Order: sequence, then C-alpha cells, then structure tokens
Amino acid sequence: MAVIDHDAELAKAGANVHGWIGALLFFVRRYPLGAIGAVIMALFVATALFADQISTFDPFTTNARVSLARPGGEHVLGADFMGRDVFARIVYGARISLAVGVGATALGCIIGVTIGLMSGFFGGWFDLLVQRLMDIMQSLPLLVMALVMAASLGPSLSNTIIAIAIPLVPNVARIIRSNTLSLREMPFVEAARAIGMSETRIAVVHVLPNTLAPLIVLATAQLGSAILVESALAFLGLGVPEPHPSWGRMLSESAAEYVRTAPWLVIFPGVAISAVVFGTNLFGDALRDLLDPRQRI
Amino acid sequence: MGAYIVRRLLLMLVTLIGMSILIFVMLRLVPGNITDIIFDSAGFVNPAQKKKIERQLGLDQPIAVQYVNWIGGLMRGDLGYAYVSEKPAIEEIVPRIPVTAKLAALALIFSTLFGVPLGVLSAVRQNTWLDYVLRVFSLSGLSLPAFWLGLLILMACVHWFGWIPIYRSTPDSPWQELALLCIPAAAVGFRSSALVMRLTRSSMLEVLRQDYIRTARAKGASETAVNYDHALRNAVLPVVTIIGIEAAFLIGGLIVTETVFNIPGVARFLVEAIRWRDYPIVQNLVMFIAIIVVFVNFAIDMMYAVLDPRIKYEE
Repeated sequence: MAVIDHDAELAKAGANVHGWIGALLFFVRRYPLGAIGAVIMALFVATALFADQISTFDPFTTNARVSLARPGGEHVLGADFMGRDVFARIVYGARISLAVGVGATALGCIIGVTIGLMSGFFGGWFDLLVQRLMDIMQSLPLLVMALVMAASLGPSLSNTIIAIAIPLVPNVARIIRSNTLSLREMPFVEAARAIGMSETRIAVVHVLPNTLAPLIVLATAQLGSAILVESALAFLGLGVPEPHPSWGRMLSESAAEYVRTAPWLVIFPGVAISAVVFGTNLFGDALRDLLDPRQRI
Repeated sequence: MGAYIVRRLLLMLVTLIGMSILIFVMLRLVPGNITDIIFDSAGFVNPAQKKKIERQLGLDQPIAVQYVNWIGGLMRGDLGYAYVSEKPAIEEIVPRIPVTAKLAALALIFSTLFGVPLGVLSAVRQNTWLDYVLRVFSLSGLSLPAFWLGLLILMACVHWFGWIPIYRSTPDSPWQELALLCIPAAAVGFRSSALVMRLTRSSMLEVLRQDYIRTARAKGASETAVNYDHALRNAVLPVVTIIGIEAAFLIGGLIVTETVFNIPGVARFLVEAIRWRDYPIVQNLVMFIAIIVVFVNFAIDMMYAVLDPRIKYEE
C-alpha cells in the first residue's frame, strides 16, 4: 500500500525520542497553540463523557425556589428561570454539542468521501451529475441550508445531525475529488493496474488512504463549524428539542430580556461554545500546517 | 471568453433550476403544512374547513402542478401570496430588503477596513508577538457565535450606557439609523473581518516569498515600497474573492443578528417563515439568496479575468 507517510516525517523531526511520545513532544514544541487547542478538545470530550460524575445537580430538575439564582453559593454558575442548575446544563450540553459536532462531521465526511472518490475516479456522466448537484447545494450558505433541512426533517437529535451533515458534503466531495484526480495519474496507480487490480480495489486501497491528510484537516475545520451551526439552529429554535440542554438553546431561552436581569445566563453558555470552537480551530490550524502545508487559508 | 461566459450562464441556470426543485421538494417533505399549524394552535381539527383552506392555498394539487404554478408565476414576476399575512409575497419581501442590505454593506465595510490592514500588518511582522496576538484575535472571530457576540454587545451597552441599541423602523434621521445599524453590523462583520484578515495574511506571506520581492529588496527599494507597492498589490486578488464570497454568505450571520437585535430585515423574516411553513415566502427567499450567491460567484470569476491578465478562461 502506497501511502505518503506523515508519521515518518514526524518521527524524523522528533529526532532522538522514538515512537508516538516523540511525535507528541514534537507537536507540542512546534505548535504550542495547536497543543492548547488539543487540550481544550480533550477537556470537552471528557466533560461530555463524564457529565454524570462532574455535575452535582441534575440538568432537568426544576426548582421554583432558586429561579434565576445568582452564580456562587450552591449553584456555581447560577440557575435559570425554571431553577435548573446552569453548570449542570452546560456540562450535559457538551454531550449534545459533541454528538452533533462529531456525528454531523463524520456523516458528512463519509458521504462526501464516497461521492468524491467515485466522482474523481470513475469520471464520466456520474462525475458530471455529481458536480452539478454539488453546485446546487453550494448555492446556499451553510446555515440557510441547515435551517431548511432542519425544518423539513423536524426537530430531533438525529435529524439535527443530518441537517448539518448534508450541507457539509459538497466541501468534502470537492476536495476528495480533486485529490483523486491527481492521484489517479500517479505511477503507483498505474502499477496496480498493470498487475491486474480491479478499479474499485485501486480506488479504495491505493487512492483513498492518500486523501486522508487533507480529509483530516478539513474534518477538523468542519467540526468547528458544525458545532457553531448546531448552536445557531438551537438558538433559532430549530435544533435539538427540549428538554435536552443544548448550549445554543440556553441562549435563546435567556436571550435579550436576561441581558439586563440575569447576565450569567447569557455569558456562560456562550463561553462554552466559543471555547470549544476556539480549541477546535487552534488544533485544526496546527494540523493543517503539519499535514497539508500547501493549503494556507 | 465569449463562449466561456455563455457556458457559465447556462450552468448557472441549471444550478438555479436544480435549487428550485430541491427547495420545493424539501419543503413538502415535511409531514403537515400550515393548516396543521393553524389547527394545532386552535386546539381542534375541522376536516371540512381544513380541506377548504388547503384548496384555497392550492395545497391539494399534485406537487408537480404546484411546482409548475410557482415557476410560471416567478417568470411573470408573481411570487404568490404569503400564507400568514395573506398579502402578496413580493410586498412582504421587498420592503424588508433595504435594511438587510444596509446591514450587510456596513458589515462588509467593517470587515474590509479591519481585515485587510490587520492582515497585512500580521504578515509583515510575521512571528512577532504582534502577529501572534492578531492571529489569536482573528481565530477568535471564527469561533464566537455571531448571536452570542450580539448578546454580549447588548449587555455591554446596558452595563455602560444603560441603553439598548434596538432598531426602530422609523429612525429620526439617516444618521440615527446608521448609528443603530453600526452595532449589529460589527457583530456580523467580526467573523468576516477575521476571515479577510487570515486570508490577507496568508496571501501576503505567499507573495513575500516570491523572487520579484527579493529583486525589489536587492535593488534597494525601501521596506514600505516593497511591502505595499510590490507585495500588497499582488496579494490583493484572493482577498477580493473572499470579500465577494462573504458578501453572499453574510446571510448566515445576518439571520441570527437580526433576531438578536430585533431588526425587521429579510434574514429574520426567513426564519419566521420557516417556522410557520409559509412556503411562498420560504421558497422565494431561498431562491433570492441562491441567485445572489450564484451571480456573485460569476462576478468574481469575471473580475479575476479583468484584474489578472494571466488568467484566461478558455478550454
């Protein structure tokens, strides 16, 4: 299997320390901001996974006596209008963000890679048709497309994932297609053909692994925008429905009226969204410099 | 070039027809239409009356007939009637466009005014502390949700001035309107200024590595002349592109920002129409957005050919 080996480059640069620890140390030294981003992402995932252990309150329990309680005291980050603990809702909200972010990115990438690979490798009428379809989908901004999809599918967790995944497909398909087009002409593909490998096998075994580097870079960038779009959908009331504690929805509940009376309801969920997306972007930037240095935007 | 333009225009037409079919079918995938929402909120269902309303709105016809009716109307400039207000859709949409257009224009001015100079600065001072600060700043622009930024700005206004800059439809003077729009425009423009800044920086860095820049330095041109005369002029093309694309794609930020600041623009109207299943409004607005995006893309490609004589569109 011919794969342009990035690990080898990493290990070489990591010099005397061997294995993945060396690669890790190299990454931290070379891209300190990227390492910070990775730490933020790790914290985010850990929060989502261990939400039960982290928060002392239940995110769904309402309690009229502590309605709009200020931060500090028993409720560290205060309580919302229905007396639900804000900290607990933010901790559990990480699950929604993670599920939608990772789910939508993964689904979008799987569909995009399949379409892009077939389109680039087999060409012909299929390629032509797919290109036009991607044109159509790209003639709407991500949020508008996701809004219409979310509205037509109806509110639920899985529908939100689909509504965000589909608009992500064209980007992925385009990049995989253009990579496939150049890889198709590479000598190792010709060699594989010469020894009688089937076209499908060549596409999957030889071409696909070589598109992984740009794909990983793109997927990290998409993860950030998927999380942002999820929060915007929830903010507009078209995302994951109640009682799931989505960060965007927490902001729409509080919205403009609490700006005056209960600023903590506005500040903390927004900090959570921004921190996670910021971490993803920091990590994604470093990853792009490392894996795909030609593409610099 | 002529043949290329014709081919592009035909492709644009195909894209727009495809979009119209896609949006039409997608809106009708939903189980239930506006009559269900009306009867849901009324709390009872009167089947005879429901049938009657559906017939009035043309919802009982086959979907293909409904589509042909819509497109036929579009060709004649008739966008149909809004379900909610029962006014012609065009009367609902057109008056809301100016305020959104003003907001978008202000946001673009904002993003260009901040994005380009800061991006150049960041590139010229590459790997200094200033560069790091600017890069982290621009990355934060891509990470803050636009609606949260809007809410933070509202909060800051309340805290420091005891005043909420909520838009009024009848401002006392154009200046007051401008002042009221500037704040939401900054909230929208922050993200695109971050994008513009990042692209300006990378484009400048790309150009600064070129041989002719070394030549300029070697012949003794001053740093300022090299950076701004030689480099910036050549780096500006991709920046123009991203500003153009942002112009069409600002709508995402406008949707949430108009909601936060209660601005009666066309972007917020789209969300309201989607919630109400007001098909005539949604499908026409979505087509409007798609037309803008497609034409902006076309205009950018044409501009490329004009601005950069190396580019020729012939195959």
